[in-house]
Amino acid sequence: MEGITSLLSIGLAAVLVNNFVLSQFLGICPFMGVSKKVDTAVGMGMAVIFVMAVASAVNWPINQFILVPNGLGFMQTVTFILVIASLVQFVEMFLQKAMPALYEALGVFLPLITTNCAVLGVTLQNAQKGYNFGEAMTYGIFGGVGFLIAIVLFASVRERMEFSKCPKAFEGFPIALVAASLIALAFMGFSGLKVW
Amino acid sequence: MSTTILAPIVLTVLGIIFGIVLAVASKVFAVEKDPREEAIGEILPGANCGGCGYPGCGGYAASVVKGIAPVNACAPGGAELAKKIGEIMGVTVEEGARKIAQVKCTGGGHDKTRYDYVGLSSCLGISRVSSGPLMCSYGCLGGGDCVAVCKFDAIAVVDGVAKVDFDKCVACGACVDACPKHIIEIVPLNAKKYTELLCSSHDKGPAVRAACDNGCIGCKICVKACPKEGAITVENFLATINYDICIGCGLCSRACPRQLITVDGKVLPPKPKKEEPKKEAAPAAAPAEAPKAAEAAPAAPAAEAPKAE
Repeated sequence: MEGITSLLSIGLAAVLVNNFVLSQFLGICPFMGVSKKVDTAVGMGMAVIFVMAVASAVNWPINQFILVPNGLGFMQTVTFILVIASLVQFVEMFLQKAMPALYEALGVFLPLITTNCAVLGVTLQNAQKGYNFGEAMTYGIFGGVGFLIAIVLFASVRERMEFSKCPKAFEGFPIALVAASLIALAFMGFSGLKVW
Repeated sequence: MSTTILAPIVLTVLGIIFGIVLAVASKVFAVEKDPREEAIGEILPGANCGGCGYPGCGGYAASVVKGIAPVNACAPGGAELAKKIGEIMGVTVEEGARKIAQVKCTGGGHDKTRYDYVGLSSCLGISRVSSGPLMCSYGCLGGGDCVAVCKFDAIAVVDGVAKVDFDKCVACGACVDACPKHIIEIVPLNAKKYTELLCSSHDKGPAVRAACDNGCIGCKICVKACPKEGAITVENFLATINYDICIGCGLCSRACPRQLITVDGKVLPPKPKKEEPKKEAAPAAAPAEAPKAAEAAPAAPAAEAPKAE
């Protein structure tokens, strides 16, 4: 029972308290880039959940059984980048063959995620916090859910913003950054939240 | 073993393993693609304008190979590209004329307004306020919605009316969809002599006169002047040119009492004296009118117009 509670608290923390985008400022590039429409934002969010989960699952054993025993902990960043890049490639090829519908749905977002630092961040944090496999998977999946929530919220705000007046100098990207910072501020309200 | 040696070894081994896995995966999970699709994709312009009706150039290439899309649907590529795609697909292409977008409003009534509009400067917004301030409900609002959607910088608002740059326009149709007044059309561009009739008004004559300097009043003088049956027709008080039949002779332009019809961008003068007997000989119905017009060339339009109504 205790195991489940700890997993739940890890998940909750990943979604709200330590939200990858809004509290840790990881994965800002796709967050700003693919958030013009709610539809695409949902697609991107789904793809991130998927890749973060798979990346956590693959990087955990590599870190645990190859890097740590050989005292190569300092190589985590380099190795994880290599792993994530090839993993995304592999997943893309696999999906195209096995699940064309999902491949079509994820579309261009899948390769975009290769360089998403939220994915790198989740695997690095898994290693730093010394999570076991279950915890690492939970952190990966819920980190992705947190990303999905953040990007969908932000996309909704941006869709509204399109129709509101703002000073010429702030039009487009600058006002989007302001809005992002305000959402991040709102998410600060979750800091210190503890249920279990 | 020291970490200095171990680190590169581990990374290299990992890299090699992933490389092999990816190489194998690319064979195992290879999705068979028609080589023709790739070939077509390469020669397409890559503007992803969506004018063909398919999602981007890649989508169009795939549809062509599947046999869904016609080989000549790419407007930016034009006839030349259609030929090349036809070669790849093994079909011959009928050479179609190049097409362009046509804004069917001269802006003759753009200063005749019912009220002063203050608000969003987009056509969509303007048209929401009792169909816009213009007296002519078919007139270009000049808000520039078409300009905003054009990816080829081929349309601009000049003096309150959208104008298409023939050289840049690729007839992708984005502006046609964007115009809330539905006054933009895709028409074939007759390279020799391009006859234009820029008016969309279905209003009756007097209403058009009140609202516009040169809108079509549906007098049918052009129809009588036309030597080709069906090249210009009047329906619901609006003359329309059928570009499949029009030969660009310009007789309608000379006859139009509203000076609305242009050939290569110019309104031709009403019937020059010397040529007129020859030209008028062709459409048998017209000769009676010819001398009249010749007598008072500038006055002719004004004189003829009321009769037609």
